[in-house]
Amino acid sequence: MIELEGLTKRYGTKTAVDHLSFQVRPGVVTGFLGPNGAGKSTTMRMMLDLDNPTSGTVRIDGKHYRELHEPLKHIGALLDAKAMHGGRSAYNNLLCLAQSNRIPRSRVDEVLGLVGLTAVAGKKSKGFSLGMGQRLGIASALLGDPEILMFDEPVNGLDPEGIHWIRNLMKALAAEGRTIFVSSHLMSEMALTADHLIVIGQGKLLADTSMADFIQQNSRSYVRLRSPQQERLRDVLHANGFTVVEAGGGVLEVDGATTEKLGELAAENGLVLHELSAQRASLEEAFMQMTAGAVEYHAHGTDVHGGAAAPGPQWGATTGTTTGTTSEGA
Amino acid sequence: MTAPAHPQHAPAPHAYVSPIPVRRAHLGDALASEWTKIRSVRSTMWTLGVMILLMVVIGLGVAAIAASSEVSMDEETALGFGFFGMLPASICVITLGVLTIASEYGTGMIRTTLTACPSRARVLTAKAIVFFLLVFTVTTVVATLVALAQVALVDAAEPSADEWLRATVGTGAYLAALGLLSLAIGTIIRHSAGAITVMIGLLLLPLVAALFMFSVALKSVQEWLFTYAIPSQMIALYSAQPPFGEDGPAGWEPLLIMGGTAAVVLAGAYALLNSRDV
Repeated sequence: MIELEGLTKRYGTKTAVDHLSFQVRPGVVTGFLGPNGAGKSTTMRMMLDLDNPTSGTVRIDGKHYRELHEPLKHIGALLDAKAMHGGRSAYNNLLCLAQSNRIPRSRVDEVLGLVGLTAVAGKKSKGFSLGMGQRLGIASALLGDPEILMFDEPVNGLDPEGIHWIRNLMKALAAEGRTIFVSSHLMSEMALTADHLIVIGQGKLLADTSMADFIQQNSRSYVRLRSPQQERLRDVLHANGFTVVEAGGGVLEVDGATTEKLGELAAENGLVLHELSAQRASLEEAFMQMTAGAVEYHAHGTDVHGGAAAPGPQWGATTGTTTGTTSEGA
Repeated sequence: MTAPAHPQHAPAPHAYVSPIPVRRAHLGDALASEWTKIRSVRSTMWTLGVMILLMVVIGLGVAAIAASSEVSMDEETALGFGFFGMLPASICVITLGVLTIASEYGTGMIRTTLTACPSRARVLTAKAIVFFLLVFTVTTVVATLVALAQVALVDAAEPSADEWLRATVGTGAYLAALGLLSLAIGTIIRHSAGAITVMIGLLLLPLVAALFMFSVALKSVQEWLFTYAIPSQMIALYSAQPPFGEDGPAGWEPLLIMGGTAAVVLAGAYALLNSRDV
């Protein structure tokens, strides 16, 4: 259990973390989400007592980090995959950490096996690929077999196989009753791994909710229709009490309806449909909408949000500044 | 395999308990950790290797030249030749001292280190002890061997026991204390190149500046610099009387001055390390 209370960090006049209070509970994966520069890493560094908070406190199982005698046995952290001495072998990098916490040598071999680095244990870590570096960082986090694990953007720069491995690892660790706290700036990644969600923007808490609730509240589901008889279709839908939004390109969107219901309605009225599909707005959109006011570094003049996360052309057509208007049905 | 290799308990809704026994960690564990760190990087072997080479080659070279010379050594002992190896050795010690801590900042390892051991004083203490003992042992052994060779080769006055002690243990302790000062400066500056530059400047610049102080008005400054510059104090370590002018350190005094300086700067390093963000 990690508890944050009114955690604040100021650098001069800039407030990086602003009165953050939340709890990270055991047995679940808690996602820590925010755009770049939201204060995620600063918060995590303060949780590990690397940075001093301007005000507020962090408690790990009721204690301050500095009061933990063998912290690696309570909390394991992956902050930065390259936070190791590159001239030292993987084995020695882990060994010096183990020794400082009186963790037996045999555990070093154990975690190396666990992350699949046994074959390169004697190799210098500066020759490691990003994925191998990430695995070494995770090995160091698991070294003390801790109850709490903290990962800062663990999937950054990994290949699909590595991403898959980390996801499964986090789920397996949580299933053992551990507390998992993982940060990311990718909502889609969190949706796959996290049970609970903490969203921050510009250092402020924006949401502290279960993943299921977040999906419930923020994902708009609707039915997408295309028809050569668009005018008549629209009249029929109106007559039956549906709210219709014209999305351009001959596409109509209907909120709060099922495909079955609309298909039957079209058939009863003898209407030709070219498309009838259930759609769900992406969580990425919901996340961007939530943090729209809190994004620190905007790109100007280009469509920063379109494309990748967009389920249909209506999303791609929106620009960064008008994102908020696209989900009016939510 | 994705699950840790230990007996699987039924998935508990609360608090995972590790089967690894918890034993209270202390300074001894931090020492073991720092020893692993210092012996497992190549820069340690390189700096110490070069240092040994310089001390041996220069020490024997100077002795060989003196042995073939016609000029008599009078009252002087051959131990004083140790200085010529000690000066270049000090540059290696400075480099290693700075790297011991600054390389952790350069690589980001310091965050991992302090996460594993949140007592920053314990980390710095362990580093200081391991580094001091390593440098002290190596330099004392090498200085002793070189001194034995020098005394055997050169026809000069027989050294007293105190002179022997200063030329061996004294040399080792002086270099190790200079290394501690470098370690402290490295902790304060947190940047290898910057800290090494500061230390090399501190080592050599006062003497170079003093060389060019021709003005009479600066006479007192010049004299002070000639007396208290680090190389001058190294020479003084080999001499029972102040080698420059009437007063100034001699015998064991240079070691006290270097030890005191290192202690003061190290105290500043402790304070900064404790209060700063990493």
